[in-house]
Amino acid sequence: MTGAQMIVEALKREGVEVIFGYPGGAVIDIYDELYKTPEIKHVLVRHEQGAAHAADGYARSTGKVGVCLVTSGPGATNTVTGIATAYMDSIPVVILTGQVPTKLIGNDAFQEVDITGITRPCTKHNFLVKRTEDLPWVLKAAFHIARTGRPGPVLVDLPKDVQQGKAEFHWPEEIRLRSYQPVYDPHPRQVERAYRLLESSTRPVVLVGGGVIASGAHEELLELAERLHLPVTMTLMGLGGFPGTHPQSLGMLGMHGTYYANMAVANSDLILAVGARFDDRVTGKVDAFAPMAKIIHIDIDPTSIQKNVRVDVPIVGDCKRALEKLLQIVKEVGRPEKIWREQFKDWWEQIEIWKKRYPLTYKQDTEYIKPQFVIEKLYELTRGEAIVATEVGQNQMWTAQYYKFDRPRTLITSGGLGTMGFGFPAAIGAQMGNPGKLVIDVAGDGSIQMNIQEMATAMEQGLPIKVIILNNGYLGMVRQWQELFYERRYSAVKFQVLPDFVKLAEAYGALGLRATRPEEVEPVLKQALESDRLTLVDIHIAPEEGVFPMVPAGRATTEMILV
Amino acid sequence: MAEKKHTLSVLVENTPGALARIAGLFSGRGFNIDSLCVAETLDPTLSHLTLVTRGDELIIEQIIKQLRRLIDVYKVVDVTEEEEFVEREMALIKVRAEKETRAEVLRMCDIFRCKVVDVSPRTYTIEVTGPQSKLQAVIELLKPIGIKEIVRTGLIAMKREKKSV
Ligand SMILES: Cc1ncc(C[n+]2csc(CCOP(=O)(O)OP(=O)(O)O)c2C)c(N)n1
Ligand SMILES: [Mg+2]
Repeated sequence: MTGAQMIVEALKREGVEVIFGYPGGAVIDIYDELYKTPEIKHVLVRHEQGAAHAADGYARSTGKVGVCLVTSGPGATNTVTGIATAYMDSIPVVILTGQVPTKLIGNDAFQEVDITGITRPCTKHNFLVKRTEDLPWVLKAAFHIARTGRPGPVLVDLPKDVQQGKAEFHWPEEIRLRSYQPVYDPHPRQVERAYRLLESSTRPVVLVGGGVIASGAHEELLELAERLHLPVTMTLMGLGGFPGTHPQSLGMLGMHGTYYANMAVANSDLILAVGARFDDRVTGKVDAFAPMAKIIHIDIDPTSIQKNVRVDVPIVGDCKRALEKLLQIVKEVGRPEKIWREQFKDWWEQIEIWKKRYPLTYKQDTEYIKPQFVIEKLYELTRGEAIVATEVGQNQMWTAQYYKFDRPRTLITSGGLGTMGFGFPAAIGAQMGNPGKLVIDVAGDGSIQMNIQEMATAMEQGLPIKVIILNNGYLGMVRQWQELFYERRYSAVKFQVLPDFVKLAEAYGALGLRATRPEEVEPVLKQALESDRLTLVDIHIAPEEGVFPMVPAGRATTEMILV
Repeated sequence: MAEKKHTLSVLVENTPGALARIAGLFSGRGFNIDSLCVAETLDPTLSHLTLVTRGDELIIEQIIKQLRRLIDVYKVVDVTEEEEFVEREMALIKVRAEKETRAEVLRMCDIFRCKVVDVSPRTYTIEVTGPQSKLQAVIELLKPIGIKEIVRTGLIAMKREKKSV
């Protein structure tokens, strides 16, 4: 077999159904094989960044490994933002890059870049394949590393002569890497300690992170929270890990979290963190974070534990298995639910007071469309059943606050890196992975322009994605910081020129719609949701609307600016 | 928390990117490297690395965990935490040796059991091996005579076997 044939064979054996990519000289042999392999669908993007984000959105929405294929040099460097985005949010993606022939490596050959060097700090691992016979093993290892442990992107650099060389194809059914042995099973003693802390606490909060979604621990989490009657808050990445409409949900915490989530965490005596990494957007000023709380921290990655906050009970392991173990103890001890309720009764009363004092709210307007209203309407009209991708900025935060995500893998958002331009290509990946489902991208007028070229990709694939642009004419989130912390010096945040998004949609052959007044929102959204093709909705919102509550960067999470 | 020097003994896969990954981890996360020493082990597929770093307890914990997280890293031991270990470093020191000082340099070599490995009309090159304290002492004593150049290997370390049966 040739190397190129081996690569495609390996993809088939890994069960890959779709690849997002862009060809070039260094991968032309692989493309030649794909031509003969109809069982693998190839989605031709318009920019390699789009391919990386699409593979990422596919992975986030399906739980499978996303695959992206690009050529050497600029093709490879164009994926770097996408790789870093996936890395920060622990998303399993395999990126295949072409490379110049091995004998030219290091010679500054045409379209040569040291992509393994460039991506070393933003991949879970990467490989440069030097011999054709190594291909099956390396590709098997790449998928294995991407999806196991704490998932992440893995890049495989494929020199052209390796693709063209010949060797026998030996597919390893099992792979064991002596230096990579993630720990899945939690230490039983630690889980017992965690249980005892829960039993003795009076003001507990469960903090749900993206790890709950990655490990599929949402059912165990729900069972535990209901049995013990625990309040639950989510990080941005944890949204959907616990039902947002559940009476025990406090919504999101952190910089743009709810008042009651931040107050509950700040006043708690015990935090059960599940697959969250205590990012600065969650903790605010670390020294002032939950000063009275003991912390139980479940995470598959030991480096996440004790990195930002001190932890009393570290539990290294898979979130699902750890919660199973904890539930098992709960059942064995068999404390009646009534006692748990009794134990947290005062605490819940306090939380209800906070909820009543500052609910998540905004001022309605008769003149201007309020973005929060748009998201609420969208939630209502889709009955919360859509897969919602977001861009980055205010649009992202309003979506996180007002679309009550009930199920895992329904919010597709760039949390760790905060990548503008992520949402739309990610929505393409999500729609490819979920053909029958409604996929929406909530966008900003700035972000959507960062990968607008993928409109053509979506049209070509016949994807009926709905792009809802919350158009404020501003780089809104930056403007909000300037308004609040830089005395309204609006430096470089106002677009003097914006395209006519309706005409732009039409130019791509998509449906373009617009709403400029509050009463137009519902009919326009309805029309968009009924459309069976790519639809772009330009919604002109109140230009200077802010996202609140807000914890100023570096301040304690109790120092919220409310509406 | 107090900063402390730690000597880490690391076994890594002998692959092209492994060392770059480790170096990148330290620079990317702002950890210190005082010295780094790498060589093959008896098993040619593994390299051994002795790394001297500084930090408080939490930082050292992070460094060790981050090292273990690298796919190519097989084993990390904080030698400093072991009860007994041997540490050694070697230095080559080119020292000025004029007529009046040649005898003194040789005497010092004798006391510290250093070897003269190269001689020129105006210099001696001396090889010193030992724990860092010894190297430091030799360097301090030779400084007034005039050190022209110095090359050090960085520390290597190994856990001592238990003596009791
Ligand atoms: C690639 C990239 N560049 C810059 C930023 C910094 N940034 C964060 S939010 C934001 C404004 C986004 O504007 P828009 O997409 O219109 O969203 P809005 O906040 O107005 O809803 C900017 C520039 C970023 N997150 N990503
Ligand atoms: Mg905007």
